[in-house]
Amino acid sequence: MLRLPKFRYFVPRTVSDAVAMRADAGPDALFVAGGTDLYPNMKRRQQTPAAVITISRLEELRGVTFASDGIAIGAGAILSDLENDPRLREAHPGLAHAIAEISTPLLRNMGTIGGNLLLDTRCNYYDQNFEWRQAIDFCMKKDGQICWVAPGSPRCVAVQSADSVPVLIALGASVRLVSASGTREVPLEDLYRNDGIHYVTKAPEELLTEVRVPAPDGWRASYRKLRRRGSFDFPVLSVGAAVRRHGPLVEDARLVLGGVASAPLRLTAAEERLKGRVLDEETIQAAGEAAAGPARPMDNTDFSVAWRKQMTARYVSAALRDLVARAS
Amino acid sequence: METAEHFSPSKASIGLSVNGEPVEVSFAPYKTLLEVLREDLQLTGTKHGCELGECGACAVLVDGRPVLSCLVLGLECQGRAVETIEGMATAAGLHPLQKAFAELGAAQCGYCTPGFLLTARALLDANPSPSFRQIQESLAGNICRCTGYIKIFEAVELAAARLRGEAAAPRRETLYGTDFDESGLLPVWQPGSRATNGSETAPVLRGQRDREPGIVEPEPSDQGERDGRGTPRSTPSGTSR
Amino acid sequence: MKPRTRVVGRPYEKVDAAAKVTGQTRFADDLVLPRMLHCKLLRSRRAHAILRRVDVSKAASLAGVVAVATGRDLPLPFGILPVSQDEHALCFDRVRFVGDPIAAVAAVDEDTANEALAAIEVDYEDLLNIGSIEQAVDNPTPRIHEYGDRDNFHKLVSMEFGNVDEGFARADRIYDDLFFYEGNTHLPLEQHAALADFGPDGKLTLWSSTQTPHYVHRALAKVLEMPASRIRVIATPNGGGFGGKSDPFNHEIVVAHLSRITGRPVKICLTREEVFYCHRGRHPMLMRARTGVKRDGSITAMHFQTALDGGAYGSYGVASTYYSGALQTVTYPVPAYRFDGARVFTNKPPCGPKRGHGTPQPRFALEAQLDKIACDLGLDPAAMRLANLQPPASITANFLRIGSMGLGACIEKVVEASGWKERRGHMPPGRGLGLACSSYICGAGLPIYWNAMPQSGVQLKLDRSGGVTVFCGSTDIGQGSDSVLAYIVAEVLGIDPFDIRVVTADTDLTPVDLGSYSSRVTLMTGNAALQAAERARELLVAAAGEKLGIPGVRLGFADGRVFDVEDPEKGLSFSDAVIAAESRFGTIGTVGSYTPPPSAGRYRGAGVGPSPAYSYSAAVVEVEVDPATGIYTVPKVWIAHDVGKCINPVLVVGQVEGSVYMGLGEAMMEDMAYRADVNGNVMHKAPSMLEYKSPTTLEMPEMVTLLVEDPDPNGPFGAKEVGQGPLLPIPPAVANAVFDAVGVRVDEIPVTPEKILRALKAKAAGRPGRVGPTKFPAIPYPEAVRIPTPAEGGDGRASDLVATGAGGVRKS
Repeated sequence: MLRLPKFRYFVPRTVSDAVAMRADAGPDALFVAGGTDLYPNMKRRQQTPAAVITISRLEELRGVTFASDGIAIGAGAILSDLENDPRLREAHPGLAHAIAEISTPLLRNMGTIGGNLLLDTRCNYYDQNFEWRQAIDFCMKKDGQICWVAPGSPRCVAVQSADSVPVLIALGASVRLVSASGTREVPLEDLYRNDGIHYVTKAPEELLTEVRVPAPDGWRASYRKLRRRGSFDFPVLSVGAAVRRHGPLVEDARLVLGGVASAPLRLTAAEERLKGRVLDEETIQAAGEAAAGPARPMDNTDFSVAWRKQMTARYVSAALRDLVARAS
Repeated sequence: METAEHFSPSKASIGLSVNGEPVEVSFAPYKTLLEVLREDLQLTGTKHGCELGECGACAVLVDGRPVLSCLVLGLECQGRAVETIEGMATAAGLHPLQKAFAELGAAQCGYCTPGFLLTARALLDANPSPSFRQIQESLAGNICRCTGYIKIFEAVELAAARLRGEAAAPRRETLYGTDFDESGLLPVWQPGSRATNGSETAPVLRGQRDREPGIVEPEPSDQGERDGRGTPRSTPSGTSR
Repeated sequence: MKPRTRVVGRPYEKVDAAAKVTGQTRFADDLVLPRMLHCKLLRSRRAHAILRRVDVSKAASLAGVVAVATGRDLPLPFGILPVSQDEHALCFDRVRFVGDPIAAVAAVDEDTANEALAAIEVDYEDLLNIGSIEQAVDNPTPRIHEYGDRDNFHKLVSMEFGNVDEGFARADRIYDDLFFYEGNTHLPLEQHAALADFGPDGKLTLWSSTQTPHYVHRALAKVLEMPASRIRVIATPNGGGFGGKSDPFNHEIVVAHLSRITGRPVKICLTREEVFYCHRGRHPMLMRARTGVKRDGSITAMHFQTALDGGAYGSYGVASTYYSGALQTVTYPVPAYRFDGARVFTNKPPCGPKRGHGTPQPRFALEAQLDKIACDLGLDPAAMRLANLQPPASITANFLRIGSMGLGACIEKVVEASGWKERRGHMPPGRGLGLACSSYICGAGLPIYWNAMPQSGVQLKLDRSGGVTVFCGSTDIGQGSDSVLAYIVAEVLGIDPFDIRVVTADTDLTPVDLGSYSSRVTLMTGNAALQAAERARELLVAAAGEKLGIPGVRLGFADGRVFDVEDPEKGLSFSDAVIAAESRFGTIGTVGSYTPPPSAGRYRGAGVGPSPAYSYSAAVVEVEVDPATGIYTVPKVWIAHDVGKCINPVLVVGQVEGSVYMGLGEAMMEDMAYRADVNGNVMHKAPSMLEYKSPTTLEMPEMVTLLVEDPDPNGPFGAKEVGQGPLLPIPPAVANAVFDAVGVRVDEIPVTPEKILRALKAKAAGRPGRVGPTKFPAIPYPEAVRIPTPAEGGDGRASDLVATGAGGVRKS
């Protein structure tokens, strides 16, 4: 049986306790919520924190508040509660759908929205047991020197694989980060960095406490996910699409790819192809084609790289078509 | 508990409810619920197939919600209600899901079965009339390599109907396949009518239907089979739709 | 109204169903003994290397470590086949794949054992890695094993039944196609586990999740150099097997050894990663099929070549090689047939028997090629097959004796149920139907160790309480074999199957059954149980007849009574009948055994293929393909299976559904994928449940299962197998359906979206709309042994002529 390494375990009762404990515990401490990402990583010795601070008992992180200016989702909200929340499904069906696409029903009963946003980047040279990684002499993300996916690469190319991220960015979400030295709010898009190791701009001691999704204000979002099976699998390509229309014309658009880089990839060129146009088949196709260029998937997930790249245009177009279908 | 707690890597003790019984248990704080159940509480009905959240074999209910015990710390269960397969049957007998799984052969090797049963139970507790699609979706975190899931889906449907108070019986196709020719049922077995051991010139069974009178038994009825003592151990062969 | 069987043919629950649904079935890892130690294996991190140094001294000195073992402690080789004794409990001179075990630790707990493994020092001297069939063919050295037919060929065979050249000359058309079938693995939910307890009496007990306790027993006796009489192997209920637990495994021997040296029980439970390294799964297989046909689709000759990627050890590989050429002849007549087979060693986990053992790959090739042939000849693929069926009670060109043969009925049923005639060719764009057929053995005619003893034995104990206990060496791996024993005995003795106690898979208590493989159990143990039960019934008839004053022929057995069939009120309870028998004959125990009929073939290689009976299946698969992406789904499958006779229909349906599931997994997504790292270290690409794509509930299509009962004279009550055969038609039916849907051929399993899209793009560019192998390596097959067919008056022996390869023959 694969077992967890030894660690010290902290159970704070308040957010301030939690961040204080984190400050005290030093650099080898990690926060954990649902554990569905961290514990497998720990069992595989990808992460070996000396101390684990659970935030799963912090009721203040569980709440979901609907207000006129948007929704505040506590980082500890359980994914299956969110996907089934009628208010969320009503306000942001695309987001509820993206959450329902995460892993499996059992894991969504455990995982939290905050955990999904901070999901460790993935790579099939990295997400392996210790013994397997030892046999390849490890990789730069953990214990090794080199990136096996791109041996010349100066940085790790592990993949951003969180289903909720593209659509939340497309909806203009932001997150609240709390540490012993204060609180700050950052646009979700700015939380990520295109580096498989240092994939978030959050400081290690900061605790992600809340996701804020602005009121729809005309924005509608959709989500498309490419994977082998209808369950379990992480996206090897994902699309978060959102448009705001004025009459028949697209006033503004946000397109975000997941699964193709270490950070979510904003498709500004494709967005431009949508603005000021009717969301018809011609426009959708053009936006899809414009999306294909920037996507540069690496050979570290399921499916072949070439095919995943070919799928980009198709999936972006499909996500846009979902918006047309939903509007009608 | 109002104050923060801190557990060092030695032994910790918690109280929780397991299958309705209060339990105090001590274990190393980095043990998962799976390990605590199997190793410290001897509840080995909870299985493990990967210990990484990739198979669903270790699913249990924590406060009624199906979760993977391989990714829950034992310590997380302080004060919670854990239900395992060992708690599913009551003094009154098997849970209707267990009964339906047994009747339809939805448990082949039986290794994934506890996880499926508990996941399905949570579904039916929340939704007494799930659609076929909802059954498939709710079980999409459990892998079974034996059954192809079909008998599992059918068993959940059957149990759901019975839990709703309907006098449901397995569908005929479930038990016999489609278009099964029941005239193929053999005559009462008589000694000497089988193939000779190792012989290349064994008698063919076909045609023996007309031989040997035996005890006359009615054709299988839609009301189902009963064994000699009237105990309903064999599954009914009736149709429900 | 005719009298009917009370148990056989009825959808009873399994006798172990209640234990399984309550979590009370005790699997190997559920067992705990006092003072038990935990074992972990240090596995090779190099794919092919000389072991220069293995230093366990630091590990041995760690607190909590009780014993450490290395290869030198257990130097004798073992293996499932007598001709391939090429494995060691722990490697001592050489490692042959990433995962090969090198050292073992027994410690007070798993964490301590793992710490000890990390303290073991190993120096490797790397050798060239051989990672594929082509690399094995191209690199005669370094040889992965010193034995084998030559170079890195483990096995090379060639045989010709009848005159293939003449057959091709008679053909209107000859088709020559290449196919590839990727390797895949069983992925049982239960990870292999074993618990050894070497007692103070010098006797060893091993509990293990094995499908073949008998062969584990043999391997333990050999490697531990202990008398077999002092070893007891108990197969625990298997949490899934599918062939993956059919070999004796190094970890079983290691825990037995560690228990012997520590005097304490020792348990091991493999991690999921280690289960991938045990493997013994489907061989990657490259195939060339050359088939001559008349315009009506009847086959005049076939030349079938296979190349199997065997991985690092022999396992069942010699048998797998022969199986890759054995069953092509049992569905449609092949009057002249040549088979060339090769198995190579590579530095990967060993391949072996997975559900369908060696035959799904050639069946895929054959059925996909027949689809092409039908298409080319303008024939309906179903009608063409129906017109060319191997007759029942016949003998094939390679001397396989066919008994009952229900394939025609199977085809008709799936054609009708699927609306094949009306729907095919009239479906919306991207939708298509594909059909394929298959057959499988019901146990092998010859045992692994050739001997004259039965392949299966059953003992029955009846006592004055009316209790009946069945003892049999067979192993329940979820297929329901324990239940089959109870049903058959209950039927014959007229009692409730749930009143019978079934004791199985314990080499101390139960007579030998060779194991749960080759789909042999229902037929073989079923016949043995039937014989034992009949013998018990004879005793009861004699005693009860005397007591009742009724001639024995008038006695019937039902409802737990023995009675006068002409006056059913007159009779005895079953227990009173047993008391009467015990009073008259003394203690009542009867035995039954089963030995398959002798094979007709007498040529070298004739041991593989013969079976007491053959099951048949036909399937229609519907697909929906998105031509823009290649992504496809399977909305529905229709399958008909000739099971001979259902001992229990609901279990038969369950086996069909499970086989189709596994077939779909292989056809669509499962892939035992490897990669070489920059150092050339051949490694499993991602040994995890997440990356090995086993279909989920959401991938399983709607299924229509149609059972065909064409009783076979050799089966108990006419029963044939169902556990493996229904997997076989699925991969070719998927590929054929994809062709029907979008007009491209994927001659390679799995059929993935990438491949479909590649074929579509090729077609759009004016190239052949096909993806699949384009080259077959130059394999030095030996000169074919020529065996005259039955039609030629052959007696099953090879002639002294060998085919020269140029169409002629010469004296050997």
